[in-house]
Amino acid sequence: MSGGLYSTNSNEFDKTLDLTKIKPYGDTMNDGKTQVSFTLPVAKGEEAIEAAKQMMRKMGFEDIQVVFVQELMEGFTFFNCYGSSIHTVDYTTIVVPKVESTTMDMHETDDFIKENIGRKVVVVGASTGTDAHTVGIDAIMNMKGFAGHYGLERYDMVEALNMGSQVPNEEFIAKAIEMKADVLLVSQTVTQKDVHIQNLVELVEMLEAEGLRDKVILICGGPRLSHELAKELGYDAGFGMNKYADDVASYMAQELDRRINQ
Amino acid sequence: MQRSKLGLDFDKVNYAKGVSRKIADNVQEFVEGYTTVAVERTLCRLLGIDGVDNNEVPLPNVVVDEIKDKGVLNQGVMYFLGNAVIEAGLNPQQAAEKISSGELDITQLPSHSVEEAHEALKPYITDCIDKIKARKAKRDNYIATIGEGPKPYLYVIVATGNIYEDVVQAEAAARQGADIIAVIRTTGQSLLDYVPYGATTEGFGGTVATQENFRIMRTHLDKIGEEEGRYIRLCNYCSGLCMPEIAAMGALEGLDVMLNDALYGILFRDINMQRTLVDQYFSRVLNGFAGVIINTGEDNYLTTADAFDEAHTVLASDFINEQLALIADLPEEQMGLGHAFEMEPGLENGFLYELAQAQMTREIFPKAPLKYMPPTKFMTGNIFKGNVQDALFNQISIWTGQGIQLLGMLTEAIHTPFMSDRYLSLENAKYIFNNMKNIGDEVEFKEGGIIRNRAQKILGDSIELLEKIEQEGLFTALEKGIFAAIKRPKNGGKGLDGVVEKGSNYFNPFVALMKK
Repeated sequence: MSGGLYSTNSNEFDKTLDLTKIKPYGDTMNDGKTQVSFTLPVAKGEEAIEAAKQMMRKMGFEDIQVVFVQELMEGFTFFNCYGSSIHTVDYTTIVVPKVESTTMDMHETDDFIKENIGRKVVVVGASTGTDAHTVGIDAIMNMKGFAGHYGLERYDMVEALNMGSQVPNEEFIAKAIEMKADVLLVSQTVTQKDVHIQNLVELVEMLEAEGLRDKVILICGGPRLSHELAKELGYDAGFGMNKYADDVASYMAQELDRRINQ
Repeated sequence: MQRSKLGLDFDKVNYAKGVSRKIADNVQEFVEGYTTVAVERTLCRLLGIDGVDNNEVPLPNVVVDEIKDKGVLNQGVMYFLGNAVIEAGLNPQQAAEKISSGELDITQLPSHSVEEAHEALKPYITDCIDKIKARKAKRDNYIATIGEGPKPYLYVIVATGNIYEDVVQAEAAARQGADIIAVIRTTGQSLLDYVPYGATTEGFGGTVATQENFRIMRTHLDKIGEEEGRYIRLCNYCSGLCMPEIAAMGALEGLDVMLNDALYGILFRDINMQRTLVDQYFSRVLNGFAGVIINTGEDNYLTTADAFDEAHTVLASDFINEQLALIADLPEEQMGLGHAFEMEPGLENGFLYELAQAQMTREIFPKAPLKYMPPTKFMTGNIFKGNVQDALFNQISIWTGQGIQLLGMLTEAIHTPFMSDRYLSLENAKYIFNNMKNIGDEVEFKEGGIIRNRAQKILGDSIELLEKIEQEGLFTALEKGIFAAIKRPKNGGKGLDGVVEKGSNYFNPFVALMKK
């Protein structure tokens, strides 16, 4: 262990928070401490460790420590590293597009729909394209929901149909027409090589061709999706990680109210 | 007499197996009367038909589509290919090529008796049986000479999409201690009604299952196994619309483990139940004969249904899958019946319930190399907690003597595993398996305690469910959404148009040859 490892005063830097210049926080304001792990395609050895240090430096770190080195197989070495970031971010100028709605619980949403829409909201959801994962759409739609948030099927004022996985866009649209859906929910979990983007865009194009795009609230969701990306792809809203049925239901109820009554 | 650490009543277990046998017999009665396009393509492959036409259509599809288009699929390919040997002097591969080029209408050849057709094909049948036997002998010889890792086998996936990249990932995993390498299939392959051809480098979320890809990976694993002094098993997926075809390819290329579960396809891929249960029977006959361990997919029920509330459905399905496998003469030692560690991590005493269920499954299927699935549903992206969840899962596995440990990845729900993810996962499992090796021999469970009560309750609930399924029949039970809360109609789903009732000239000699 090198001397000074446990000293907080070894480096001189300004320890007051300035939101125009924030840095990662380890245990002292502006220490910039960051943990990074990666694999380099070289054999384990002094040269590999030096390569990892240089890589860290190019990533914008100083005070670099390579704390763990493991050869995964011949010619591949895994590193755990720590460093202090030299970069800062101006937090005060950040603008992120967000879904504009107040999140209500299930009963509040049901009451809101009763009062403002006066009938059940029809929602059709699916994991579309070749995507075989139902975990996302199930979490939002199934009766039981996820992590204590009941799914749309349990809402009194929502008529929900979960079509499951690997639903072709054609079938999805046909079902939406048949059920006179107010809201379409598309879940995409597999994102390798951006296959989800192609599929999501295809759905928008097909809805436009059918003249349906403006008649439905179109929502996509998935662990790698954001509201910003969703808007860019032509969706009304997007829900990423840590969003539940409450968030989706509140948004769609308020958006439908806005479209019908305003 | 087997002693239960859980106070399980083995009379009840035997009763459950008896009820499950009736359910399975009822399914088999249906299966015996039918064939499918996939079964017929499998027979083409077993007779040596391989390759693709100018449009990349596999020749087994060309032959079977031709017979289907002529409305005589019910007579089966064996009959027509036998005729072609007698009348045109064409071996099955030559016949397929001539059908493909339009030079041969195989349905218009003068017809011979079933016996004559069978006789004419015997050299090809024998050749195939010998090839599969030789493959099995090669595996047995490896295990006898270089040996294998201890159970639970450490099972990891590779899923780069590119078979040559998969080979690199597989090598890394094997060098770090993996016993089974599973090459995840490209997304959507289960719904293709053909098996793509040749080595492939493009896939989404996985790599295309082709015979050439099987060969490339098997060859490589043999080499690593020799160097490491430990046989490395290869796993792929014979499920979906090409279930028996992939079983045949695996039997010929020396695969060791195959996902093989009609119930999974019905529920999670919306494959027609008649189609896939017929396909499953022949695929299990093949897997049984080739010494391939099958894995069943019960763990998936718990990704949709709740792991605590629906545990008995997993056990009931294991019971049924065991009997469906026995009917195909697949030995118990090759039954990787599935279950999973999928309870919500916030559940008080969740570890105890998981432990109870894993021990229960172990005692009910004592010879089966049980396939134990890691937490996936409640993996959050918090990789640090994920590594702890996987550690709890590993503890239960070594404690209860599971057979195949599908290693959890701390980056589950984020990406297909990096090389380093697999390393961390293997390190986690090896640490725990060594550090807690004999805990199962040392610890007994308190009478009337949480663990015993849980196991007894699940067994009781599953018997109730099995009785209900027996009354209704499996088909009707599936229509009512008995598993994973998913309903599937008997005449719905994909692949039904590839099912026909067997005609008067139909024969498939492989079933009898492969069953003991």
